[in-house]
Amino acid sequence: MASVLDPRLHTDTEVASQWRLMWWSFRRHTLAMVGLVVVIMLYLTGVFAEFLAPFDPQSASSRHVYHPPQMIHFIDSTEDGWRIKPWVQAYTLERDPFTLQTTFNLDEGNRIYLTFFGKGTPYKLMGLFPGERRFLVPENPRDRFFLFGADRLGRDMLSRTIFGTRVSMSIGLVGVTLSLMLGVLLGGISGYYGGWVDMGIQRLVEFVLSLPTIPIWLALTASLPPDWPPLTRYFAITLILSLVGWTELARVVRGRFLALRAEDFVIAARLDGCSEKRVIFRHMLPSLMSHMIASVTLAIPVMILAETALSFLGLGLLPPTISWGVLLKEAQNIRSIAQAPWLFVPGAFVLVAVLALNFLGDGLRDAADPYAQERG
Amino acid sequence: MLLTYIVKRIIWTIPFLFAVSLVSFALIQAPPGDYLTTFAATLAQSGDMVDEQRLEALRTRYGLDQPFIVQYWKWISGVLQGDFGISFEWQQPVSHLIWERMALSVCLALSTLLFTWAIAFPIGIYSAVRKYSIGDYIVTTIGFLGLALPNFLLALVLMYVGVVYFGANVGGLFSQEYQMAPWSWAKVVDLLEHIWIPVVILGTSSSAALIRIMRANLLDELNKPYVTTARAKGLSEFKLLIKYPVRLALNPFVSTIGWAFPQLISGAVITAFVLSLPTAGPLLLQALLAQDMYLAGAFILLLCTLTVVGMLVSDILLALLDPRIRYQ
Repeated sequence: MASVLDPRLHTDTEVASQWRLMWWSFRRHTLAMVGLVVVIMLYLTGVFAEFLAPFDPQSASSRHVYHPPQMIHFIDSTEDGWRIKPWVQAYTLERDPFTLQTTFNLDEGNRIYLTFFGKGTPYKLMGLFPGERRFLVPENPRDRFFLFGADRLGRDMLSRTIFGTRVSMSIGLVGVTLSLMLGVLLGGISGYYGGWVDMGIQRLVEFVLSLPTIPIWLALTASLPPDWPPLTRYFAITLILSLVGWTELARVVRGRFLALRAEDFVIAARLDGCSEKRVIFRHMLPSLMSHMIASVTLAIPVMILAETALSFLGLGLLPPTISWGVLLKEAQNIRSIAQAPWLFVPGAFVLVAVLALNFLGDGLRDAADPYAQERG
Repeated sequence: MLLTYIVKRIIWTIPFLFAVSLVSFALIQAPPGDYLTTFAATLAQSGDMVDEQRLEALRTRYGLDQPFIVQYWKWISGVLQGDFGISFEWQQPVSHLIWERMALSVCLALSTLLFTWAIAFPIGIYSAVRKYSIGDYIVTTIGFLGLALPNFLLALVLMYVGVVYFGANVGGLFSQEYQMAPWSWAKVVDLLEHIWIPVVILGTSSSAALIRIMRANLLDELNKPYVTTARAKGLSEFKLLIKYPVRLALNPFVSTIGWAFPQLISGAVITAFVLSLPTAGPLLLQALLAQDMYLAGAFILLLCTLTVVGMLVSDILLALLDPRIRYQ
């Protein structure tokens, strides 16, 4: 006679939480893992911008206007053998005496040696922690080197791109946080209460979605006073971006709320006499979390692209703030990009960041869905 | 049933349009000061005397000293009669400035939509039917790139390639000799010769999105039992594909008018600026920067109206195509 198995007796069974299951399924997505690594690297670049940038991004140099990018070499061969030492080939500046046009010529014998963790110009990390060691600096403090070239004022594009990473990546994060708050609040209210509240909020969402985003953003940013300090402007821009961005999140949250409201465990909780606050925060929000994380990840690249576009038109962030869009504004003029195609480098960063965030978001979405079909 | 749905949907559009007009007007009113303050600042910068009395007279004449609601009422009742007010910067009625540009914008958006469909339809079907083939991977990769690359960046890269490698300027919609010329057959031909570059630039990202949607929808359909039944009964592969699953997967194409059209209209603003196209975008930008409020307001109102109408058309077409929507 078969005995009845009591599951309580088998306490040695492996238990995996929902998050662990999600992580296992996420790990199988190669592209999503690559996306995760790239996104983490970009955010680290943003956090440690002062340390990673070889120079101050604002320091101009008239002798290095449109200096071409230099290749970094790691093996230094001299007459007495070779050694491992990073260096770049030096360039000399020549000015045509009649047209005053400048050209850069390779200076064959002259090498600029670099050191890791050397002393550079002092800085304050995130404006708080003073320091002067930088990741890669020239051995001779008076030398300059340009791995990504220089812009029209002779500023180092590498340093500028690194600082742009901080602003552009963080604007995505801050903007998404704001739209998340709006979206969860309005979407949650809409989905939980239903009825005419739902009707009203849904019409509002439809209305905002039916507006062409860029003309509206342009009009809103054009109305910001141009003399605001950079930080105020930064927050104003993120606020404007999230005024349009919350609708998508509100729709996701509402849809999930409607589905969850009819679930057995929510009805059980309500019948047990839980307060509305407890039903929402203790029972419903946790099962929304995974979906929300995926939607948020997919909303960040939209914000980044929007900020880039606005700053590119000169209506978003303004110099001296550095973002990828502000940097790309320099590449607006066809003559300057014909002369200095390396001004496109921030564009490549935009591309990589948006791709990585999209891959990551796709992977998270698939991992968060327990009913997702196994992909081949 | 269908008729009631359409009528209901059209009636819904009216409060939307009203809200759109209110938002457009609020937006152009939002900046502190008005065009006359900008005008006075420009005068002061160039060293001219600013005559306060004259400014005040102008302000009264344009009704700029009245409360918001009054100004809005004056504006919207004019708009309904086809009078959009006057452009301060150009010293011309707004209606003289906008229509040709709006027509070119709509023409550009519609051509891009057609291009998107022409590209996405066959490629979407191909990559669903030949899932995980080399072609599918190539298409998916290009699709991802198309989604991640901002249109204006693509436009810049194409401009660069055009100038450096072909020595030609790819911007603009007309050759030099036709720019100011009145409309003629030759000018239309000239437009067709130039319009394909912005069309390709604007079309890549929406084609990429549409290919992904088409592929996903078709893949869902292809696994359904009725497809297996049809195949078991000996229907040819091509007929089987076109007759049932593709028809069902067509819905997203129709709904693109709803979501891709607003995107095209608004995305075109930046691309048009980069390529210096004579469409609505660049003039809107200029008007916003100069606080030329009636000109900017007319553009924002018309662009918003276009997207609302686009949504309406796509909803009606969807209801015609798919009976399930009508009966909701």
